[in-house]
Amino acid sequence: MDLQTLTYIIVGATFLLYIGIAIWARAGSTHEFYVAGGGVSPLANGMATAADWMSAASFISMAGLISFMGYDGSVYLMGWTGGYVLLALCLAPYLRKFGKFTVPDFIGDRYYSQTARTVAVVCAILVSFVYVAGQMRGVGVVFSRFLEVDIETGVVVGMAVVFFYAVLGGMKGITYTQVAQYCVLIFAYLVPAVFISLMITGNPIPQLGFGGTIEGTDTYLLDKLDGLSKDLGFAMYTDGTKSMIDVFAITAALMVGTAGLPHVIVRFFTVPRVKDARISAGWALIFIMILYTTAPSVGAFARYNLIDTINGPDQQGTLVSETPQWINNWAKTGLIKHEDKNGDGRMFYSGDERNEMTIDRDIMVLANPEIAKLPNWVIALVAAGAIAAALSTAAGLLLVISTSISHDLLKRNLMPNISDKMELRYARGAAAVAILVAGYLGINPPGFVAEVVAFAFGLAAASFFPAIILGIFYKKMNKEGAIAGMLAGMVFTIGYIVYFKGIFITPMAANIPANWFLGISPEGIGTVGMLVNFIVAFVVSKFTKEVPVEVQEIVESIRFPKGAGAASAH
Amino acid sequence: MAFHSSEQASAYWRENVSLMLKLLAIWFAVSFGAGILFVDALNAVQFFGFKLGFWFAQQGSIYVFVLLIFVYVVKMNQLDQKYNVQED
Repeated sequence: MDLQTLTYIIVGATFLLYIGIAIWARAGSTHEFYVAGGGVSPLANGMATAADWMSAASFISMAGLISFMGYDGSVYLMGWTGGYVLLALCLAPYLRKFGKFTVPDFIGDRYYSQTARTVAVVCAILVSFVYVAGQMRGVGVVFSRFLEVDIETGVVVGMAVVFFYAVLGGMKGITYTQVAQYCVLIFAYLVPAVFISLMITGNPIPQLGFGGTIEGTDTYLLDKLDGLSKDLGFAMYTDGTKSMIDVFAITAALMVGTAGLPHVIVRFFTVPRVKDARISAGWALIFIMILYTTAPSVGAFARYNLIDTINGPDQQGTLVSETPQWINNWAKTGLIKHEDKNGDGRMFYSGDERNEMTIDRDIMVLANPEIAKLPNWVIALVAAGAIAAALSTAAGLLLVISTSISHDLLKRNLMPNISDKMELRYARGAAAVAILVAGYLGINPPGFVAEVVAFAFGLAAASFFPAIILGIFYKKMNKEGAIAGMLAGMVFTIGYIVYFKGIFITPMAANIPANWFLGISPEGIGTVGMLVNFIVAFVVSKFTKEVPVEVQEIVESIRFPKGAGAASAH
Repeated sequence: MAFHSSEQASAYWRENVSLMLKLLAIWFAVSFGAGILFVDALNAVQFFGFKLGFWFAQQGSIYVFVLLIFVYVVKMNQLDQKYNVQED
């Protein structure tokens, strides 16, 4: 059977599975729709959280970036897992005891201020927008390959699918659908990884094969990659090129951002007990760990295979007439190009002037099974997994955007008198606008999927994290300080990213290390934004009115588990 | 107030914060420490087919993160029992 038919069948089958589970779970209880995880074991809840959390950036983009960045790719690995430690230790149990559904609600109540709530809502919307934009690009890459169209058309098809899924489904709250999505995506990720690990190193466990020797030789894979990198004019695979301060800043921004992302935090509001909030983060991280420790192995294998198939075993370049099939397949998407610069009729890939290839990093995970010549069903499975990852996250984010706009912003602030019907209409409209903007950014991406998503984390780190941490651990933080801090952090971080990346406008300066503040790239600037937030919040709080006694008492009461009721809407 | 006295409340909070800070110190040491700040020094050590610093950055830190959360959960549950502030 040809690849396209197989892809339709497998992707179609997984969709039927999600819809089937949604119908079955709905019949079980409608209450589940609102309280994700109520009555669900922390284990299942952890799996669902993992699916919600791992997006197109984790599934499609990350291993590809790592395979090109080598050591520098560690920022994503540590950044997107380390945040769970912060969540479990510093935030989740206290927010659960506080007993509200959304982050803006926590901020509004803790800082006894409608303004604080509104600022938080605006921040939540901005963060989610940027995050969705990253997802759209990822979905576009998948569809463009399997429908054999260019990337622009792929993004448009993806937009339509996500819109229908999010608006018709409302599937986000249904934990068991996400459990199924997790199973699909992790299976789809592991199968090719195991195959390729076996082929290259003879060890079926990718995490071990990563540190193993290349089959039939005594050379370690990583040493071989370092050697190849050196010969071809790339930075050493295990060294990377980013400066230490930049690696530090990006990792910190991603970690702290994880702990400040509205759609992740929400999951811990809705577990039955404080105790469960603590352990849920642990289970979620175990399920995330499975993918995150496999990804760097996949990255290294992909790197090795890529160089091997393009440059040939003798490193002289492959004849154009013998172009590997996977390059022809991906050439149709416009995401890989060969230009025979020296006219020798061969392809050559390197990090210096000999290079003749342009390769989009986002294709690596999807192309990997093709490069390794795995059977078609594996390739189709990877497509299904990628779509599961992108959909589960995009749908969740669109829900955050639409409810933030219709409920938090319009109903509670601007138009308190609108009817439920109108509210719903605005919610749908907001989702549609979000998809259009995201689609535009998907077609004109300011970076690779994982990079764009990193901006969303930077924004979350610079806005929410300090306000929440101070709200729990510093009783004397008042509303003026929190509001000023969030605004300062947000404006600073957005300003810096736009200055260098020029989203919607032309960049104002070249995005190179020499121009960066302290050598920190736009991806890592959220860390500085967070410090700005903390400092501004402290200074402003010293010169403004003290926190009311009753609010201080609330802060006291969230510090121990006893007496936690069910989460309430308001 | 779920505690018998405010001394009890602040003692519980002190123990809670100190556990948290200890675990966060390990969290920082394996990721920012071993994986970033001291990566070059650790890379001099060979760990199976890996350079040790590189292994911490791409594998080891993640395993430690998971352990940290589970240690925290167990210790906090014990602490809740000790001060009798656990949920029913």
